[in-house]
Amino acid sequence: MWQSLHASLQERNFTVVTVAMDEPEAARPWIELAKPTYPCLIDRNHHVAELYNMVNVPQATWIDELGRIVRPPENAGSSDAFRQMDRTRMQMSPEQIAERNRTKQIYLAAVRDWVLKGTASEFAYDAGGSRARLRLPDAAVARAHAHFRLAQTLLSRGKREEAAMNFAEASRLHPDSWTIWRQAAAKDATGLAAGPEFWARVDSLGDRPYHRPIDMKGLGTDG
Amino acid sequence: MITVLHEQSETVCASARADGDELWIGAQDLAAATGWSMKPEGLCRGDACLPVPRERAEDYIKGDMLNATAFWRRLQHPIAHDAAGELWVLGTSATDRASALASLEAPDFALPDLAGATRTLAEQRGKKVLLATWASW
Repeated sequence: MWQSLHASLQERNFTVVTVAMDEPEAARPWIELAKPTYPCLIDRNHHVAELYNMVNVPQATWIDELGRIVRPPENAGSSDAFRQMDRTRMQMSPEQIAERNRTKQIYLAAVRDWVLKGTASEFAYDAGGSRARLRLPDAAVARAHAHFRLAQTLLSRGKREEAAMNFAEASRLHPDSWTIWRQAAAKDATGLAAGPEFWARVDSLGDRPYHRPIDMKGLGTDG
Repeated sequence: MITVLHEQSETVCASARADGDELWIGAQDLAAATGWSMKPEGLCRGDACLPVPRERAEDYIKGDMLNATAFWRRLQHPIAHDAAGELWVLGTSATDRASALASLEAPDFALPDLAGATRTLAEQRGKKVLLATWASW
């Protein structure tokens, strides 16, 4: 998703940095396929999700030349169109695909606008605007990450049952985190955590979003 | 042997002894594992110091050993440990995470790429960065 954006803007003092909330060997084939020229990092413990209070993928934050956040972590151009897909064939309709692509293009155009215009971009916030849009963790979220870290370490030591208990506790403490839930969930042959349990959890959202809409012209709360 | 997990580090602490939900660690090992070290003012990291409550000092310090979990609870940091008492996560509080984010200074991290090289966010300073997450699942 990011390689063409990175390639077209890397002369403009810009880089993409991706972080895989994943096991290294699960992430490897995807990275080898994409042949990215930007840093692709592996975060088995979801440390970045904890630092930035991220709850799903893809989420992204914009960081300026001085290392300051000018767009807080948010859904990075994904839509909820997938929720209406044909679940037996895992296929989206042409309209759903069009909606997914439209969302992505608007987001990518906004990144481009910011890279070219900097603080003059309508998509980059000043400090007040950024702070107002930050989503901050509470004590339960912090505890959830402690249990997730413990679970991943137990898993790497072969203690699957005790790991599962701690994954469950992490999800109980932080039910909004799909990142925690899907990392721990059963995967199908293609490595996707998209079985009946996933769809049941998505359906239980009801009117609530899977990818939280973002404040961007043409999208989410404005769209 | 007890391993302490804190931030991104994983430290084997030879001096550590688990006692139920309490974890006692030698001061040097605790400093190596977490960056918090014992000073006359209390347990300190950077400018922050947590004084030892005088009337209950023995709950926190016994000789060279420190009750890491007691300090951690006082700091309102989360703790998680395994059933065997061999793995202890000394986590970081939501308050600390939230104030770091609210400063708008993007929290730095060090993570490996596929080749095993450690990369940091800070090394990108001077560029605009789109920091994006993804996963295979």
